[in-house]
Amino acid sequence: MKSPSPLWRVELRHVTKSFYRGRQPLSVLGPLDLRVADREFVALVGPSGCGKSTLLNLIAGIEQPTSGEVWLDGELAPERLGRVAYMHQRDLLLPWRTVLENALLPLELRGIPRREAVARALPWFERFGLAEFTQAYPAQLSGGMRQRVAFLRTLLADRPLLLLDEPFGALDALTRASLQEWLLALWEELDRTVILVTHDVEEALILSDRVFVLSPRPGTIVCELIVELPRPRSYAMVTDPRFVQLKAEILAHLRARTTLEVPLHGT
Amino acid sequence: MAHNRLLPRDRILPLLILAAATFGWELATDVFQIPRWVLPPPSAVLHALVRDQQLLLRHLAVTMEEVGLGLMLSVLLAVVLAIGIVSSRLVERSVYPLVVASQAVPIVALAPILLIWFGYGLTPKVIVVVLVCFFPIAVNLVDGLRGVDREFVDLVRSLGGTPWQALRVVRIPAALPSFFSGLRVAAAVSVIGALIGEWVGSSAGLGYLMIRAASQFHTDRVFAAVLLSAIASIALFWTVGLLEYVALPWRRAAKTEP
Repeated sequence: MKSPSPLWRVELRHVTKSFYRGRQPLSVLGPLDLRVADREFVALVGPSGCGKSTLLNLIAGIEQPTSGEVWLDGELAPERLGRVAYMHQRDLLLPWRTVLENALLPLELRGIPRREAVARALPWFERFGLAEFTQAYPAQLSGGMRQRVAFLRTLLADRPLLLLDEPFGALDALTRASLQEWLLALWEELDRTVILVTHDVEEALILSDRVFVLSPRPGTIVCELIVELPRPRSYAMVTDPRFVQLKAEILAHLRARTTLEVPLHGT
Repeated sequence: MAHNRLLPRDRILPLLILAAATFGWELATDVFQIPRWVLPPPSAVLHALVRDQQLLLRHLAVTMEEVGLGLMLSVLLAVVLAIGIVSSRLVERSVYPLVVASQAVPIVALAPILLIWFGYGLTPKVIVVVLVCFFPIAVNLVDGLRGVDREFVDLVRSLGGTPWQALRVVRIPAALPSFFSGLRVAAAVSVIGALIGEWVGSSAGLGYLMIRAASQFHTDRVFAAVLLSAIASIALFWTVGLLEYVALPWRRAAKTEP
């Protein structure tokens, strides 16, 4: 595990979020404290509807907390839009843009000339297995490929912090497993901090340095586990006794609080 | 011939009906001895079309100039109005009801007033075309801009994009299919708008030619002018379809492999 530097990449201080349903305030999140160090891979696991996606929206700055503070890179950050790369559960590829134009969107929005943007992006298409499909439209791609394009776009936003909201959630099990392995290999060489939201416990354990378990709504942190599995990791580790032990622990925490909504993989 | 690609069965059928009706019309005028100035047979209309082609084309050009200018101004007006309406609550509340009200005013009654204000020239006809055409474009565009997936806009925001960039990158492209639906309706009715403008008072154009020919009982010429204006409407409708085809390649992509 990487040692946490004194500078936190992200820090949530006593953050809460409520929505109004008519006049009734509905508390969806918090109070919640979270600190993520530079180059750390952190997973948030919790039942459906525990406010995981709201939490990422808060960090990205799409929504503001009802109370509490969000800090980025050691400073209070009330305006955060554009400082964090955010990959959504849905791929959100613009159907009228080709794969290339979709991936270049973050560079285009920053006003980087197209020629330079293409030069910067092209090597990545090779790495992502998308080189032949730069001129295709999203509707022509499979779900797994669309998700890779969305991930490439997130990467090209070129931000130190990546938020991934169930990035493989909508895919079939086989595609999901192969993309997880692929992300694992890619991650080892990327200098990025990642916060991954998922309800897949194995995915969380294989990928991350620390796992936080969230409670049902309003989502708060129930426990924090450090995943002391060596890197580079692989799917062979799912039989490692430490892995099995951690997985049992997380599932126990989840099961203690929900009875119906937790998917139990391979129990 | 059921598998003929150029003329599939669903296109042959309307053509057959049209041919049968034309033939029946030709036969009826002959059998019942209908005077030519009451109902000329299709052959006489075709003859007039060829005989008077120079006259007809000269007046068609005038009408199409009004239509072309009117459509362009309609698009401009509709785009400005639609963007204003979707981006500002104030504009929406103050202008949208007026836009709707503008369609409640009978154009036929308004046209003579436009004549008094602007004379016999091009201007009143273009205004009538705009009054008829901007509405379907504007309403469809407003619906299209409003129907944009919120999460696309949030994506641009999370990448640090400005509201203007969100409009350019997400909202306008997403609204283009609706825009073209409106434009197609507008193109189909635009010629009628120009004809109404010309009927009220003019010295040129197909509408002027129809009125003048009718008053002289050149009924075959009236029909030739009607035929020509119908062809012009259909041609405009198809032109918009072609523009849409070229402008929205991604809509065709869904059906093909890369």
